[in-house]
Amino acid sequence: MLYTVTLKDPYAEKRIFAARVIAVSLIVAALLLLLVWRYFSLQILDHEIYQTQSERNRVQLQPVPPKRGLIYDRNGVLLAENIPSYSLVLVKEQIADFDQTIAALRSLIVLNDDHIVRFEKRQARRRPYQAVPLKFKLTEEEIAIISVNRNRLPGVDVDAQLVRYYPHGEMFAHALGYVGRINERELLEIDPVSYSGTYEIGKIGLEKYYETTLHGEVGYQNVETNARGRVLRVLERTDPEPGADLILNLDAKLQKVAYDALSSAGDRGAVVVMNPKTGAVLALVSTPSFDTNLFVTGISNSDYGELRDSLDLPLFNRALQGQYPPGSTLKPMLGMAGLHYGVVTKEMELYDPGWYKLPNDDRRYRDWNWKRGGHGARVDMDMAIVESCDVYFYDMAYRLGIDHIHDYLHPFGLGHVTGIDSTHERSGLLPSRDWKRKMKRAPWFPGETVNMGIGQGYMLATPLQLAVAISAVATRGQVTVPRMVQSVGGVRLTVPELPPIRSKAEHWDVIINAMERVVHSVRGTAHRIAKGAPYKMAGKTGTAQVISIAMDEEYDAEQIEKRKRDHGLFVAFAPVDDPTIAVAIIVENGEHGGWVSPIARKLFDAYLLEDGQLVDR
Amino acid sequence: MSGSEFVRQMPGASPELSRKVGLDQRLHIDLPLLSLLLVLTGYGLIVLYSASGQSIETLHRQGRFLLIAYVGMLVVAQVDVERIKRLAPWAYLLGALLLLCVPYFGVGAKGAQRWLSLGGFRFQPSELMKLVLPMAVAWYLSNRTLPPRLKLIFASLVIIAIPTVLIARQPDLGTSILIAASGLFVLFLSGISWKFIFGAAGMAVLAAFPMWRYTLHDYQRQRILTLLNPESDKLGAGWNIIQSKTAIGSGGFEGKGWLNGTQSQLDFLPESHTDFIIAVLAEEGGLRNVLLLLLIYILIIARGLWISLNAQHCFGRLLAGSITLTFFVYVFVNMGMVSGLLPIVGVPLPLVSQGGTSLVTLLAGFGLLMAISTEKRIMDQ
Repeated sequence: MLYTVTLKDPYAEKRIFAARVIAVSLIVAALLLLLVWRYFSLQILDHEIYQTQSERNRVQLQPVPPKRGLIYDRNGVLLAENIPSYSLVLVKEQIADFDQTIAALRSLIVLNDDHIVRFEKRQARRRPYQAVPLKFKLTEEEIAIISVNRNRLPGVDVDAQLVRYYPHGEMFAHALGYVGRINERELLEIDPVSYSGTYEIGKIGLEKYYETTLHGEVGYQNVETNARGRVLRVLERTDPEPGADLILNLDAKLQKVAYDALSSAGDRGAVVVMNPKTGAVLALVSTPSFDTNLFVTGISNSDYGELRDSLDLPLFNRALQGQYPPGSTLKPMLGMAGLHYGVVTKEMELYDPGWYKLPNDDRRYRDWNWKRGGHGARVDMDMAIVESCDVYFYDMAYRLGIDHIHDYLHPFGLGHVTGIDSTHERSGLLPSRDWKRKMKRAPWFPGETVNMGIGQGYMLATPLQLAVAISAVATRGQVTVPRMVQSVGGVRLTVPELPPIRSKAEHWDVIINAMERVVHSVRGTAHRIAKGAPYKMAGKTGTAQVISIAMDEEYDAEQIEKRKRDHGLFVAFAPVDDPTIAVAIIVENGEHGGWVSPIARKLFDAYLLEDGQLVDR
Repeated sequence: MSGSEFVRQMPGASPELSRKVGLDQRLHIDLPLLSLLLVLTGYGLIVLYSASGQSIETLHRQGRFLLIAYVGMLVVAQVDVERIKRLAPWAYLLGALLLLCVPYFGVGAKGAQRWLSLGGFRFQPSELMKLVLPMAVAWYLSNRTLPPRLKLIFASLVIIAIPTVLIARQPDLGTSILIAASGLFVLFLSGISWKFIFGAAGMAVLAAFPMWRYTLHDYQRQRILTLLNPESDKLGAGWNIIQSKTAIGSGGFEGKGWLNGTQSQLDFLPESHTDFIIAVLAEEGGLRNVLLLLLIYILIIARGLWISLNAQHCFGRLLAGSITLTFFVYVFVNMGMVSGLLPIVGVPLPLVSQGGTSLVTLLAGFGLLMAISTEKRIMDQ
C-alpha cells in the first residue's frame, strides 16, 4: 500500500512559505504602484483641474433674502412694514477664545444668559463661517461702542437686517397676527432654499395665512471669499423678488373706533365688522391685546410668561377663537326657521305667563328678560324679538325640533368654520342629534331643544360666525365668506360664492322689521342707541350665561362678582333698506346686550357718516 | 543570562555556540520596527494637528492613546510565542462568543451595533477579532502538515467565515473585509495550491452574476452601485469623494503648506481627521509627502515580512505574515478609497487617523510581531 507522507517537514514548509512571501510581495508591489500612479495622476496630471475646483470651492453662493410684503388697510394706511434693525453677530471660526470674547462684550454692552443660550441654539444649525446673531435691536449707542472696539474683537460684527414692524402694535394684533423667528418645527416644513437668509416667518393670523405671498423669492450673490471665509468681493448677483403687498378690507378708522370702544373701558371682548354683501371684514378686534412687535425678533421669556399667564388672556383671539353661547342674538335666525317651516306665522300669538313648561314635565324654563308687567299676556313674533321674549322662543323651538333647527341654521355659517383667510379659526358648535350621540353618547332630550330656543345649552358661536350669520339676515339670505384681504400685489382676490338661503320675502320682512324695532321702538332692548341717527338700524341684543343659575332662582347681578356676570352680545346692521355694514359685538361680563349696543352705533356713525351727513358706501 | 535560558542550551555547549543577546533582544524589542513605528506615529500627529482644525485637545487625546498603545505593544512583545499559540483557540472562542452577544447586548452608534459595554467600559469585540482570527487559523494550520489538504482548507474557511459574517451584519463592512483578509492571508501563506486559489476566485466571479441578477433586491443593487460609483450621488456619498479628490489633486507636488489647505481648513473635506486624513496630507504636503508616508509604510511592511521569513516556528511565521499583510490592506484600502480608486468603506489610515481603539489593536499586532522576531532561537543555522 502506498502512503502519502503526512509527517511535518519544517524545511519544506519554510520553503513554501518563502515562495509565498515572494509571490505576495510582488502583488503588494503592484498594488503600491497602482496607488502611486493614482496619486500621481490626481496630483500631477490632473492638478490644474482640481486646483480650479478647489478655487471654486472658495467662491460661495450667498442667499439674499427677499423683502417681506407690506400690509395696508383699504385706504392705504400702512399696518405692517419692514424697518432696519442692527444685530450683533459672531463668526465662531474667527474667534480664538469664545468665553473671553463674550466676557469682553459683556463689559461693553448688556448681555444676559438668555442671549448666550439662544446664540448657542442658533449656532448649532448653521453652516461653517456663517455669522450668527447674538443680540438683536442694538441701540445707536451700542452700535457705536462695538464699532470703536471692533479691532480688538475679531469675529464680532454689526449686521443690518430688515425686520417686521407693526406701527399700530396692539390695535391690529389679532387682525394681522405676527411674524417671529423660524423655529425647529417650521424648519422642517419650509423650503430651506427659499428661506436661506430669512430669519422671520408668519406665525399666526394673516402673516401666516399669506406667508408664501408675503415672503417673496430668495435672491443670490456669488461672493469670493479668502481662505478664512471672509467676503472679498461680490462677483455676480441675482436680485431677490420681494413679497407681494397686501391691501386689506380692513378700515383702520373703524378698527380704531372698535378698539377704543372696547379697550377704553378695559373690557374683554371682541368686535367683528363686515360688509354684509361682500363679506369684506372692515374691522376685527379682540381685547385685551398685546404688542405684536415683541414677537418679531423673539419674545423674552418674562414678557411671554406675562402674556401667557394673564387672567385676561390677551393672546387669545376672541373674534375667531372665542366660542360663546349666542344667547338671544340667535333669535332672528331661529325666527326665520320657525316661519320657514310654518310652525309659527307672523300673526300667531302666544300666552306668556313668564315661564314655560314642557308637557309632562314640571321643570320651569324662566323668561330671563321678563320684567314684572313686562311682555304682557299675548306675544307675537315681532314682540318676541323686539322685547326678546324667551317663552315664545322656548315654545317655537320645541315645536320646530332640533333637526329643523340644525338644518336651517347650518347655512348661516354656524357650527362650522366660516373660511376666513386667517388662522386658528374655531368652528363653534351647532348641536344635533348625531353630534350628541357621537360626542356625549346620549340621546337628544326635548328640554335641550327648548334651551336652543334662546341660544343657550350646547350652542356655541364665535363673534365672527355671528357677524356672518347676521350679514346673511341683512342681505336676506346671501351668505358670504368673510375676507380680510382685498388684493394681493395689486390683484383683486376673487370672493368665493356660497349658495343663498332661500325663504319667502315676507318672512325676511317680519324678522328684519322686528330687528329694526329692537333699536327704533321705545320697547326695543337697544332703543338707547337710536337717538339722532340719520339712518335706520336693525339689531338684536343677547345675553350669554357664564354661570348656571338654578331655574327658579332670582338673578341678582350685584351679588355676582364681575367675572361671573353674563356676557353681553349685540348683532346689528345698517342702513336697514340697503345694508352696507354689519357688526357682531361681545363684551365679556357685559351683563346685557343693551349695554353693549352703543359700540355698534359708534361704528355705524364712523362708517356711514361724514361730518354728520350720510355718505354713500 | 538567566538560569532558565541556560538549561535550554545543549549540555556542554560552549558560550560561542549561543547567539549574542543584546539589550533589545532581552526586552523583546525589534529596533528597526520600533523606530519605523515611532517615525510614522510622530508624523501622523503632525498631520492630525492640521486635520483636526489645529486642535491641541485632539492631539493630547491621540498622544495619550499612543502612549497606552505603545505600552500595550511592549507588554504583548514579552509573551512567549508558544503561549500565544496555546491561547489562540480559546481567545477565538471567547471573541466569537462576544461577537454573538453584540446583537443582543450591544450598544450602537450611527445606526450600527458594534460595542459591548462591560461595567462602564466599552469595547468592540471586532477589534479583538482582528488579532485573534489570524492567531486561530495559524494555530489550526501550524499543527497540521502543510500545504493543507482540502478538508483543512474548508475547516479554516469556516473559522474565518464565522466572525466575518457576524461583523458584516453589525454592519461594519470595512472591519469584516480586514478580518476576512487576515484569515485568508494565513491560508495563502500556508501554501494552499494556486489551482485552488484560482478555482475559488473563478467560482466567486461565476456565482456573483446569478446572485446579482436573482437574489438581490432592487434597493440592494442600487446601494452596491452607489458604493461602486459614489459620484452618481453628488450631494450624499459623492460629496465626500469629490471633496477628497479635489483636496488631493489641488495639493500638487509641493502641497499648499502645512495648515494652509483650503479644502481641509475650510471644512470642505469631511471626516478630515479620521478616514480622510490622507487627503489633508496630500493637499497640504503634496505628492512628495504622500510618497514619503508610503515609503515609511513600505519599510514597515518589508520589516514585517522579514520577521515572518525568519520566524522560528510555523505558527509565528503564518501569524507574522498575516499581520503584516493585513496592515498593508489597511493602507491600500484607505488610500484607495480616499483617492476614489475603491468604494468608500470605513477603514482608517493605520496609525495616523484619529481613534484610540484602532491604535491599540494595530500596535498590539506589532507587539506580536516583536514577540515572534525576538523569540529565543533554539538553533541557528
